[in-house]
Amino acid sequence: MRPLGAARLALGLALLLVTAVVVGVFVGPASLTPGEVVAALAGRGGPGGAIVWALRVPRVVLGLLVGGVLAVSGASLQVLVRNPLADPYLLGLSGGAGLGAVLAMTAGVGTPWLVPAAAFAGAVVTMAAVYALAAAAGGALDGRVLLLAGVVVGAFAGALVGGILAVSAAQGTRTALVWLMGGLGGVGWPGVLALAAYALPGLIVLAAEARTLNLLAMGEEPARHLGADVTRSRRRVYLAASLLTAAAVAAAGIIGFVGLVVPHAIRMLRGHDHRVLLPAAFVAGGALLVIADVGARTAFAPLELPVGVVTAVVGVPVFAFLLRRWTARSSS
Amino acid sequence: MDSPVFELSGATVRYARGLAPSLDDAGFRVGAGEIVALVGPNGAGKTTALRALLGLVPLAAGRAEILGRPVQAWRRDELARAVGVVVQREEPAFPVTVEETVVMGRYAHVGRWRALGSADRDAVGRALARADVAALRDRWVQTLSGGEWQRVRVARALAQEPRALVLDEPTASLDLRHEMELFELVAGLVREQGLAALIVSHHLNVAARFARRLVLVHGGRVVADDVPERVLEPGRLAAVFGWPVAVQRLPDGTVQLYPERRPAPPGGVP
Repeated sequence: MRPLGAARLALGLALLLVTAVVVGVFVGPASLTPGEVVAALAGRGGPGGAIVWALRVPRVVLGLLVGGVLAVSGASLQVLVRNPLADPYLLGLSGGAGLGAVLAMTAGVGTPWLVPAAAFAGAVVTMAAVYALAAAAGGALDGRVLLLAGVVVGAFAGALVGGILAVSAAQGTRTALVWLMGGLGGVGWPGVLALAAYALPGLIVLAAEARTLNLLAMGEEPARHLGADVTRSRRRVYLAASLLTAAAVAAAGIIGFVGLVVPHAIRMLRGHDHRVLLPAAFVAGGALLVIADVGARTAFAPLELPVGVVTAVVGVPVFAFLLRRWTARSSS
Repeated sequence: MDSPVFELSGATVRYARGLAPSLDDAGFRVGAGEIVALVGPNGAGKTTALRALLGLVPLAAGRAEILGRPVQAWRRDELARAVGVVVQREEPAFPVTVEETVVMGRYAHVGRWRALGSADRDAVGRALARADVAALRDRWVQTLSGGEWQRVRVARALAQEPRALVLDEPTASLDLRHEMELFELVAGLVREQGLAALIVSHHLNVAARFARRLVLVHGGRVVADDVPERVLEPGRLAAVFGWPVAVQRLPDGTVQLYPERRPAPPGGVP
């Protein structure tokens, strides 16, 4: 199979994005007719006005940002650990960010602007712990060992979160649990703004490192000989990916597998150039999360599934498929 | 006289305190327009010598210079514009095409933000053509044969438009034809473009046919550094490799060696 041309990739992504936005804005548990939604969007009021502008539109924008940020973070982390099965969730980064966020919430500083900072601290500490654990096992450069260390550290962070919630004041516990499961509901415009503000520096850093990511994926030594400052670039990518993960987790809880499946699909379609891959993963990740979210809020309406449940239900079989392909290739 | 492209002198590398040095007072030079092969048994220090020369391991003593400048004084991107390196093993972790791979050779020329210019695209095109991989440009590298992949990596090094090439066991897993093709490619580049080439190889006979000089390394020391016919001397090789060899001169003057068989044990074993 030849790599997909740039024009076809752009067209495919545009179609996906438009579909996601249209479905996200027009479909929901509140039974609005398409006409009412259009009237609301055009600012002509009507019964849909509040629902469309206060609920659906910010939710779609949030979904686009969270999915996009997770996919970009996942694509970069995969290069960092040189393992196509890595993502912020499996590497324990999301769990660490969640721990940081829960600590901030229970300490009473749970504002949309402080939670991401705490989550970032949690993610950075987690990543350091993952590397330390892998290094202690003698496999700091082995993508498989790093992934295993990530799963363990992530589980540990999850246990701490459970413990903190169990002993903290009861009224916030259920909210925190629902938030942790991953959901785009109830965030609104302030959360969207905070996410965008925190994610932007991370996205800029990764855009600047995109060409270096191409080299790093070939291995540290080839990258060095091609002219990359490997140590500095790795550190930047690690911090930027942690920041993106933290921003996404603070806004929408722990949503797994978007960062795994989306970059992988783009790699298989288009190849390797991260200057194309990162923006493409951003758009595709955002669009797919919005579509998953529509599924989450309509499948059992009026009850709402956490969107993290939907991404896991879809993502785990895909992961199993990728794992099979990957182990088949590594053992051949 | 111009300073040599590569110069290692009195170089000592110790990977751990208390351990015998992996490289012990080793030195050699490579000038423009010549192929020098670094040969020796496993663990002799060949790869360590390369790593020391390229500034990847610190020297406990001695110096490593590239184009007359200490290697530590080079920024990595400057160095990449001067020296193209094909390391021993390289396995991409993700799907990547031949063209994307060769474009990576332009990294040190284009920087972070700039798109590839016409000079970059020309360099990539020339490199693809010169290494005879232009027809493969849209292929995933994971589908290439070993020989094709090595040529793609040489093409990437050429796209760097370097003044020197370093190849670490470039033909270790190649069959006869692909090995000869790769060496002929490097020899052609050295002849046409006046590149300096430093090749680590286990294959003494091929090295003897292509290299102007052989640098024989043993126990971290350079034990011989001369034209092939003076380095490949049976007594010295037997001592270094721990196996008896005989040497023969080809009609074109090249020296080739072949290992002796152990005498059959008395009584005869089937």
